Parts: sequence; structure tokens; C-alpha cells
Amino acid sequence: MSFKRDKKEEEDSGGNPYQNLDKTIILQEARYFNQSPVNPRKCSLILTKILYLLNQGEKFTTQEATEAFFATTKLFQSKDVMLRRMVYLCIKELSTLAQDVIIVTSSLTKDMTGKEDLYRAAAIRALCSITDSTMLQAIERYMKQAIVDKNPAVSSAALVSALHLSSTAPELVRRWANEAQEAISSDNAMVSYHALGVVAGSRKNDKLSTVKLVTRLARAPLKSPYALCLLIRLAAQLVEDDDSDAAQPYIEFIECCLRHKSEMVIYEAAHAIVNLRKTARDLAPAVSVLQLFCGSSKASLRLAGARTLARLTAKHPTAVAACAVDLENLISDPNRSVATLAVTTLLATGAESSVDRLMKQISSFVSEISDEFKIVVVRAIRRLCTKFPRKHQSLAAFLAGMLRDEGGLEYKAAIADAIIALVEENPEAKETGLAHLCEFIEDCEHTALAVRILHLLGREGPKSRQPSRYIRFIYNRVILESGPVRAAAVSAVAQFGAQRPELLPNIRVLLARCQLDEEDEVRDRAIYYSAILDTGDQQLINDYIVNVPKPNPVLLEKALRDHLATTPDDPFNILTVPAEEDQKENKEAIVEIEVRKPVQMSIEEIYAEQLAKIPGIERLGPVFKTNLPIDLTEAETEYRVRLLKHVYARHVVLQFECVNTLSDQLLEQVHVRLEVPPEYEIKSIVPCPKLVYDKPGSVFVIVEYPCAFLDSLGTFGATLEFVVRDCDPNTGIPDQGEGYADSYPLEEFEMWCSDQIRARAGSDDWEQTWDRAANAPEASDTFVLSQNDINEAARAVCEHLGLPKAAVVGDAVKDIRGGGIFRGGAPVLVRARLAAASGGVTMKLAARSPREDVAQLLLAAVG
Amino acid sequence: MGGLFSYFRGLLGAREMRILILGLDGAGKTTILYKLQVGEVVTTIPTIGFNVEQVTYKNLKFQVWDLGGQTSIRPYWRCYYGNTDAIIYVVDSADRDRIGISKDELVHMLREEELANAILVVLANKQDMAGCLTVAEVHQALGLDALRDRTFQIFKTSAVRGEGLDQAMDWLSNALQARK
Repeated sequence: MSFKRDKKEEEDSGGNPYQNLDKTIILQEARYFNQSPVNPRKCSLILTKILYLLNQGEKFTTQEATEAFFATTKLFQSKDVMLRRMVYLCIKELSTLAQDVIIVTSSLTKDMTGKEDLYRAAAIRALCSITDSTMLQAIERYMKQAIVDKNPAVSSAALVSALHLSSTAPELVRRWANEAQEAISSDNAMVSYHALGVVAGSRKNDKLSTVKLVTRLARAPLKSPYALCLLIRLAAQLVEDDDSDAAQPYIEFIECCLRHKSEMVIYEAAHAIVNLRKTARDLAPAVSVLQLFCGSSKASLRLAGARTLARLTAKHPTAVAACAVDLENLISDPNRSVATLAVTTLLATGAESSVDRLMKQISSFVSEISDEFKIVVVRAIRRLCTKFPRKHQSLAAFLAGMLRDEGGLEYKAAIADAIIALVEENPEAKETGLAHLCEFIEDCEHTALAVRILHLLGREGPKSRQPSRYIRFIYNRVILESGPVRAAAVSAVAQFGAQRPELLPNIRVLLARCQLDEEDEVRDRAIYYSAILDTGDQQLINDYIVNVPKPNPVLLEKALRDHLATTPDDPFNILTVPAEEDQKENKEAIVEIEVRKPVQMSIEEIYAEQLAKIPGIERLGPVFKTNLPIDLTEAETEYRVRLLKHVYARHVVLQFECVNTLSDQLLEQVHVRLEVPPEYEIKSIVPCPKLVYDKPGSVFVIVEYPCAFLDSLGTFGATLEFVVRDCDPNTGIPDQGEGYADSYPLEEFEMWCSDQIRARAGSDDWEQTWDRAANAPEASDTFVLSQNDINEAARAVCEHLGLPKAAVVGDAVKDIRGGGIFRGGAPVLVRARLAAASGGVTMKLAARSPREDVAQLLLAAVG
Repeated sequence: MGGLFSYFRGLLGAREMRILILGLDGAGKTTILYKLQVGEVVTTIPTIGFNVEQVTYKNLKFQVWDLGGQTSIRPYWRCYYGNTDAIIYVVDSADRDRIGISKDELVHMLREEELANAILVVLANKQDMAGCLTVAEVHQALGLDALRDRTFQIFKTSAVRGEGLDQAMDWLSNALQARK
């Protein structure tokens, strides 16, 4: 049906006739629906306008939506097929916005069971969107019939609607599994696929029956390629979950699918095989399928092949290397996405000798591809730098060349990242890399990037052979750039002064000039650094210029807010704020098109919001550390409880994160009875008022630490107490009656030393740090450890002290060197020396801290 | 031209008459609707919402809205009052307990401004059931004596047996045509 526009409209708008629609006018027009007889064409146009507005993101108030909805229901009097279908669409869109949408239940039920096939599928979709779980039972019979209807559109609509409903009423949809089961064997490919989706979805949490399903269907292969793809995914998931040989038949099934006649299925199977986590198996058949795809005439298949091979490079470079010839052919592919993937894959797998040739090929088309793909190329080059350190010269030159080209911030940042990585990883490349970066900041329009590079120059420059050459570049920035860049330059210059005494007089002159800057921040920094450098106190210079702790910015902001809200008159102790964690390097480097940015949040940030809801929490000060959760129940029990220890300066907040896994129970007044070690004091308990099925809820207990640090180690006992009320598993509505009190014992847990300390491994200049702390109180003792193996012993000691494994150095004699900050802000250094002796491992452990009791506590933790 | 047009109007029954079938749940509204439309007794389930059908009776076209009678649905009746020519109010004559509620709903409805000109037909349905109220008793129980300024008539019917519906429809057709 075509919408004939009114003459007038046709004259004044050549483009989109729905542009500049006004909501109030359209809602006025919707009143026209109340008239009888209905003009189907006119009404369809108005419905289209409403749908257009909704899809443009126009907000309807509940009242507006309800009025439009009820007006729309009047259109059921018309028998016009097109109009009726527009009505269904409108009902679906308005169903979440309007009230009392169940009013069309009877009408839709009639349409879904009626004779008009054009109505039935759409009516099912609309009906399922207006129905809530309480009304669902009324239409259940019709849904079951529709699922096995011989009209594929009807059957598919019912199945897909069932999938949508399963998120709100999983129990009910599970009861339709028999019908869905029957529909899997439908001749229609789409019905079969949707049916398998419903059946598999209803068994999602039941591994045994998923196993049965996959085993049965794998034996009698499905006709529908879509369903087969889904089955391959299910089988692959089972293989992932199962380490034993029992998974063997699934792998065989997937391999069998490689010989299917549908390309879709072949790809899915190949994709599944190469992505299996533990592949000791023969990848050759899957890889050769992907190889064939690379030579296909269809661009989508070439992309799929190249992309999957690209992903495989990280795990099995040799397998991909065999496809080198095919990938080479793709370098000149008219589709630039395919070409980029091919080149980057070749770079990742190729030999050192081929690098130069490939680089030349890249430069031939790098100007033609978008920034996004350029970034992919840059990342591939970055990995090459790590892989072939000897190639650094040509790679760095190439990157520098790209840096000079036009490009957005992200692209430039990726290049700078690559060069920075090169500088950090490869000592030989340091000088050239820094030189390239110096040249880049001479003409860099991106403030953020210039600041980062200046910071790097400040960190790496002083360690180079000829530090003075960098100072000129940095100081040029002070003369030429904007405020933020000048400030960063001042900080960088100060680093040179702090680390190279021979340059100090010159640096002082430069800093003195910067004190006349017009920008406050620049002047402040210059004065600050000058003052510290003037003291000549090496300790002071080290702590405030060279090794400045970097607090986590999010937590710092929160801590400062809390501080201002509670005790603004006291000095703020920045050491109480957790430091920025080093970003974990993504080990599995994959060649990927999409640039994914995982949001990395520290555990403290994740829980900050929940903690903020506890009344009076701000009086405890900033959170010092949140420890990783520990389970207090066995897996697969009625109630699952995880414990999080949020450590504050003088308190610990114990968060019991509970999950009720019984769908027929509702828990109320959930709290925890806690048995604390001596000297601990329970300050308050925040119970969880209600714990519904499968929705986590938390009980918080605030406990005050003993005054003496040494008393803080101990064992806690806990029991979960609550009132049980039986409820309907489908609706979650509790039965009448009071319910009964019950309790559930939890496992005991400990307060360790590691819980209370933010530790890190010793850095390069650890020896000097240790020596500087010689005046501090020291506690030391010799222990005989029960472990026989020295590695094991070292690991256990690290665990007790909360140190990362990187703190262990040495082979035969293990040295553990680390430091940290104890809750409350006292710094502490630890040194342990482990040696294998007959019948065990002996260890000499020493701890230095301005607080002697902290040092002793560390010893006590091991003893 | 105009004369010719009005001639056809008269012949074809012109504008569809808009009729609402109302009444408590289980009174037999949906059964009556489909008895009128297809002439058969169909199996019905409680109406959640409404059914709307075109009914032709003796060359007259009616657009008949059957609105659900459950307590939860009655509040929505008023959304469908506009442009109504006639109301068929169905009463379960065997439901002595709820005849009072039925009366309240009727009185409440007739107060609505939008229905001021609508013709009222009351059907004392389920006359086939033993021990049901007679027409006179229903008339009395609904307080129809008190009705003023309203064209109305009461009929005894049995929808399942098809008794009384024709008389009611005959009267209604005449009343609607007479009004014009």
C-alpha cells in the first residue's frame, strides 16, 4: 500500500514527509480514530506518524500514550487488513508506555486464532507484548496451539514471542517446551531455528538436559541451517564446560558439520573449532575451510575467513601461517576491511624477513583506509615491535611516518602508544623512540597527547645517556604551548633536575623563569618543584618528585567529598586512598577490527555505590581497601553467600552478598549473627529486608577493629538468619500467613594481615628504599616453614602478606621484597629470605615500619 | 444528485448504527453478539477487553461492541461511550445475588453525558434457567420504573435457545429509524 500524500504536502516537502512532525498535533489527530466509519487510509497515515515519532525517541507521557492507545483500539471496528496490521504495530510500541493495555486481549486472541492468516502472526506478537505474567496463563492454550501451527509465520511469531517472554516468566514458557520440541522438526528453516532457541533457552540452567538435547539432535541432523548453527554453538559450549573425554562426541559432531552443504553451517563449525579453549586437536580441517573462504567470490565470506584466521593468530600462529599465500592474495582486496585484516594477520604470523616487504605494502594503501583500520594496523606493528626487537629501527621509522600524516586523536594516540611501548620494552629503541616523540610534540595539536608524551620524557629522559638534549624540546613547549602543556613541561623538567644532579643548576634557572608564567598552575608547579629541589633532601625529592603515588582518581574524588562532608578541619591523608592499579596487560593479543575498550573498574569503585547507602558510613572515612570476595557456602546450595571485606582505617564493613536460589521461597528480614574474635566490636548491622529468588541482596555489618593492630588477626563465625515465606514460583507472590524463622550456618572466615594491607612488589630501587628506612623500628625473626618446596613456601608467604608473586626474586635462595601501606596509612617494608634446608624451608623475615606494631603484625601473620 | 444519494442512504441503511452490549460478567453478552452475527451459539471465554463485529439485521447495519463485564474491565466501558446510538444491557436473570450490582452499574452508566441520547434495550437473559427472575421482576429490580426521558424497552431472552432476540432487534431497528 502506498501512502498518497495530500497535494499540499507534496508541494512543500520533497524529502521525508514525516519530518518536523509535532507530537501535540499528532495526538490531536489520533482523536479522529473515534469517528465512525473509519477511513483506513487516513488512520494508517496517522498511526505511521505516531510510530515515526516513537521511533525517533519522542517521549510520550503515560497519559498521552494511554489516550493514543485507547483511540487506537477503536480501529478494531475496521476490517481493513493494512490498517489492522498498523494497529498491531502501534499496540506493540505503546504497550510499554500506556496503562491498561490488557483491554485488547480478547480482540488480539480472536485475531491470532482467526481465519485471516495475515493477522495471526502479528496479533501473537502484539498479544505477547501487552501480556504480563499473571495474564499469560489465560492465553497459554492459544500459544501452545500457535507454536505447532502449520503456518510457519504463525509458529515463528509464537516461538519468538515465547523467547521474549521467557525473560519475565521463564517457568511458564518452560511449560511450552513440548510444543517447541515438536516444532524443531518443522520443515521450515526459520521455525526449526526459533524452536530450538526456545527449547535450549528453557534448559539454559539445566546442564544435564542440555546434554541430552544436543546429543539427540546431533544424531539426527537438523535440516534447517540456522538451527544447525545454533546447535553447533550449544555443542561448543558443552565442550567448553566439560574437560573430560565425554565432550569428544560433540567435537566430532562439529567436525562433521564442516562438510555440510550450507556455507553458514560450515563457517559456524570452523569458527567453533578454532575458538575452542583447549584445542590440542587437529585444526587443519577447520583452517582449510577458512582458507577456502578467503578465496571466495563473496566479500562476506572473505571477511569471515580472514577475520577468524586473524583471531586465531594469537593462539595458533603456525596454523595460520599455512594460509599465508591466501592471505597475501587478499592484501589487494577491493574490500579494505578484508585487506587490513589480511595484512595484520600476516604481520602477526610472518617471519622476520617478510616484515619489510609487508610494511611496504601497507604504506601503499594506508592512506586509503579509515582511522579505525589504521589503528588496527598500528596495533599490529606494536606487536611486531615486541616480537622482532631487532626490527625496531624500521618499525619506529614507519610509525613516525604515520605520526606525521593527518589523523584524529585516537589514531595519533594509538601511534604514540606504540612508540611509548617500544621505548619501554626495548632499551635499544629508547633513544630513537624518544627522538621521534620529541619531534612529534614540536607540532602536536592534541593537548592530551602532548601532556602524555611530556610525562614520558620526564620519566625516561633522565635515564638516557644524553638527557640534556631532551630538555631543549621540553622547554620549547614552555615557550610555545597552551597552559596544560606548559604545566606538564614544567613537571617533566623538574624530573631531570631531581634525577641528574649535574643538570640541576640549569634546571633551577628554567624553573625560575617558569615562575613568571601567566598561568596559575604553571607558576604553582614551578614554585613547588623549585622549593623541593632547593632543599637538596634526597628523600624529599624522591617522595615528591620522582616516586609520587598515584591515587585512583575516582576514589580520590569520593574520599575528598567525604572528607569535606565530615571532618573538613583535619588534614587529609592521601595515603588512605587506594593507588591506581597497574592496568593488566591483555595477554591474548588478538587481531580485531572493532576497537573494544573494556571499562576497567577497580573493585572499590564497583562497590562504592552500595556502600554509600549504609547510614553513617561517611563517619568511617574513605575506604582503604576492598578485598576480593570469598564464598561462605558450598556451590549449588539453597542460599549462596559471598563475603566482601571492605577495610577502613579503624573499621571493617563485612558485606554478605546473598542469593536465594529457591524459586518457591521468599526470605524476609535477612540478617547475620556474627561471632567476632576478642577485642572486636560490632557497631551496627544493616539487614536485607527482602531476598527474592535469584536477585542478590546484601547484609552489611560494621565492625570496629581492636585498638592494637596485633589483636586484629582472628576468626569470625557467622550464621544467616531470616524469615521464610513460601511463594508461588511463577509470580513470586508470597502465600498468606506469617512464615517461619530459620537460620543457615555459614563457613568461618578469617581476618588476615593481607586484608589490611595494600601491598606491592619492590621496585628497582628497592634496596635504597630499604636502606633509607634503616632508622625505622624493625621486627625480624627466623621461621621454619612446613612446606617442602621452596617455591611453594615463597608463594604461601606472599599470600599471607598480600604481596603479588612478582615480589619473589632469585632461584635457589628466594628473596621476597615488597612494601605497602597498612590501613590507617602506616607504610611498611618487608624483606624475606628463604632457603631450603633439610626437612623444610627456613625463612628470615624482617619488616620495617614507623609503627613498630605494624611490623610485628606482619611477622605474626606468617608465624 | 443529493436526492439520489439520500435514496441510496435509505436503501442501504446509511451510516452504521453503533451499539454497545454491556452487563455484568457471565450475563451472555458475547454469546448474544455472535448469535446475532453468525446465527449460532459459539463457545465463549470471559472477554478480557472487547469484541467488535458488524451485524446486519434486516438490511440494517450495526457496529456492535461487546465490552467485557468483569469488575476489572467495567471502568473502561466509558472509553467506548462516544457516538453510541443504542445500548443493549444484558442481565443474567438467574443471578439473583448480583442483580443489585447490575442495577448500580446500569444507573451509573445512564448518568453519563455521552449516552444521554442512546436508546436502551434491556435483555432479561437466561430465561431458560429454572428459578430465574421473570421479566417483571427484573424490571422492578433494575428500577426501570424510575427512568425518565429515555427510549427503552425490556425483553425476555434466552440466547442459547435464540428466543426473544428477534423481537428485541425488531423493536430496536424501528426505534432507531423512528428517531431519525
